[in-house]
Amino acid sequence: MNRSLSGGIVWYDRQGRSKLVDQFHINTDLVITILTSFIRAEVQKVGFQRAVLGLSGGVDSSVVAYLAARALGPGNVLGVLMPYRTSSPQSVADAGEVVRRTGIRHRTVDISPQIDAYFAGEPDASNLRRGNKMARERMSVLYDLSMAEKALVLGTSNKTELLLGYGTQFGDLASALNPLGDLYKTQVWQLAKALGVPPQIIEKPPSADLWPDQSDEGELGFSYRDVDQVLFLLVDCRLTPEQVQEWGFAPEFIARVQHLVRISQYKRRLPLIAKISQRSVGHDFRYLRDWGA
Amino acid sequence: MTGVGDRPQAWRIGLAQIAPALGDVDRNVALHLRFVEQARSAGVDLLIFPELSLTGYNLQDLTAEVAMPASAPLLRKLSQAAGPMDVVVGFVEEDRDFRFYNSAAYLSGGSVVYCHRKAYLPTYGMFDEARYFAAGQRVAAFETRLGPMGLMICEDAWHASVPWLLAQDGAQTLIILSSGPGRGVLGPSLGSAETWYLLNRAYAHLFGVYVAYCNRYGFEDGVNFWGGSEVVDPFAAVVAQADQFSEDLVVAEVDPQVVRRSRTITPLHRDERLEIAWNELMRIRRRVWGEQA
Repeated sequence: MNRSLSGGIVWYDRQGRSKLVDQFHINTDLVITILTSFIRAEVQKVGFQRAVLGLSGGVDSSVVAYLAARALGPGNVLGVLMPYRTSSPQSVADAGEVVRRTGIRHRTVDISPQIDAYFAGEPDASNLRRGNKMARERMSVLYDLSMAEKALVLGTSNKTELLLGYGTQFGDLASALNPLGDLYKTQVWQLAKALGVPPQIIEKPPSADLWPDQSDEGELGFSYRDVDQVLFLLVDCRLTPEQVQEWGFAPEFIARVQHLVRISQYKRRLPLIAKISQRSVGHDFRYLRDWGA
Repeated sequence: MTGVGDRPQAWRIGLAQIAPALGDVDRNVALHLRFVEQARSAGVDLLIFPELSLTGYNLQDLTAEVAMPASAPLLRKLSQAAGPMDVVVGFVEEDRDFRFYNSAAYLSGGSVVYCHRKAYLPTYGMFDEARYFAAGQRVAAFETRLGPMGLMICEDAWHASVPWLLAQDGAQTLIILSSGPGRGVLGPSLGSAETWYLLNRAYAHLFGVYVAYCNRYGFEDGVNFWGGSEVVDPFAAVVAQADQFSEDLVVAEVDPQVVRRSRTITPLHRDERLEIAWNELMRIRRRVWGEQA
C-alpha cells in the first residue's frame, strides 16, 4: 500500500485503487462557491443583507472577510477591529490591509477601557482569564453592532480549533454563521491563497494575540500540519488510534489529540437542559434553525 | 404523447431544480407554479421537481405538520395548473393509519396517476429519515401517456435492486427525485456529484433507459444541496445538465427510438435472466433467514 505522510494520505477511489489524496489540497474553487452561497443564502433567509465580523489580522478572519465581501458585496460587510492595548501593532496593520483590499466597511473599537476596568477588581487574574474575557468582550461588541447594523455575526473558527476546543466558549466560538467550521487550519491557508489574502497574513505564525508573543503552535505544543493530519485520520477517515499510528504518529501524540477532542465536547454543544416535561427544548423539540426561513 | 401509428414519439422532459423553503408549503406551491409556467412556455411534456419539493427536506418535527394525503386537493390543483403538462412532485404523504411517507406523486390531467413511497430511508451519518418516516413497501413501474416510467427517491437509487426492478417491470424512463447534500471537496469535482453521475450513467447504460435525476438546490442549517440535475440517455450520454449551486430549469428530449436503438445494439434488457435472479434470491433468502423463511 502506498503511503505518504508529508501532507498526503492514501485514499481508495471507486475502482478500489489506492491513490494519494492530499487533504491539504481542497478544491478551492468549489469551496469558495459553496461558502459564498452559504453566507448569502443564510443571511438573506432571515431577511438580512449584511454581516459583521471581528477582524484580528489573522488568516481565519481575513478569509471570512474575503468570502463575505464576495457573497454579500463589500458594502454589506462590516469588519470590526477590536484591539486591546497590548495587541500587536502588526495585527492591526494586517487587519487594515484586509479592509483596504476587500473594500469592506470597518470600525475600530478599543476594548482596553472595559477590560482594564473589570480586571482592576481582579488583579490576580491569569493570562487565560484575561484572554477569555477579551474574547467575550469582542463577542459582546460584535453582537451589539450586529443589532445596530441589522446584520448577522460571522464566526471565524476553523475545524481544528473546534475539534481541539482551542477557543473561548461564548467568545470567539460564538457566532450566527461559521463558514470555516468544516475546514482544517491547513486548508484555511490554502483557501487564503486562492482568495488573494496578503502573503504576510498567511505566513505569520498563528496567534490568538491575547497576550504578547502568544503563539497557537507554542501553546498547543504541536504543529497545525501534524495535528490536522491526525484529526483528519481520526475524524474524517474514522481510523482507530492504532491505525493512525501506522501513519507514523506517536501514540502519545494521538492520545493527547483524542483527549483534547473529548474534554472540549462541551464547547461544541448548547447548555444541557434538565428534562422534566413530555417535550423539551434540546431533547425532543426538533426543528432546524432554518424552520420556516 | 400519442405516436404516429404504433411508434411512440419523442417528448420533452424538464427538471425543475428549485430551492424549497423548509416547512413553508404555501411558499413552495408558489415556487412550483413559477417553474410550471416557465416549463410550459418551453414546451415541456413532463416536469420533475426534487424530493420533498413541496415541504423542504430536513423536516424533523415539522413532518407531521406539513403532511397531506395523496388525495389532497393541493396536488390536483397543481396538476390542473400544469394543464396538459405532467408533473412529478415530492411531498410528505400521510396514510389513513397516520403514517408519514417521503413520497413522490406523478400528476397528470388533474389527478394523481401514481404515488411512490421512498422505500430506503437513510438513517446514518447526517441522515435521520427513519425517525420521522415510514418506509414504502413497493417498487413498481407504471404507465403514463408518455410511456412506462419508474420513480425513485434519492436513497432508493443507492440500492441497485430498485432501478433494476423498475427496468424489469418495463420502465423506460427512470425518474430520481433527490435532496442530495453536497460534500467532498478533495477532488476535481464535488464528491457527491461524482457519485451520482456515476450511478445515473451506470443505470442508464445497464438497463437501456433514460435516467432523469432532479436534485434540489439551497441550504438547510448549513447543509448545501448542490443541484446539478441531469438527463442521461440509454447510451450513458448526458442530454442535459443543470448548473450546480443555483436554481435552474433544464429541458431535454426523451426519444423512445433511442431506447429502441440502444436495446437493439446492446440487448441487455432482452437477455436478462429473471429465473436466475429469482432462484438465487430464494436461495439467499434461505441462507439469510433460515429454512422457515
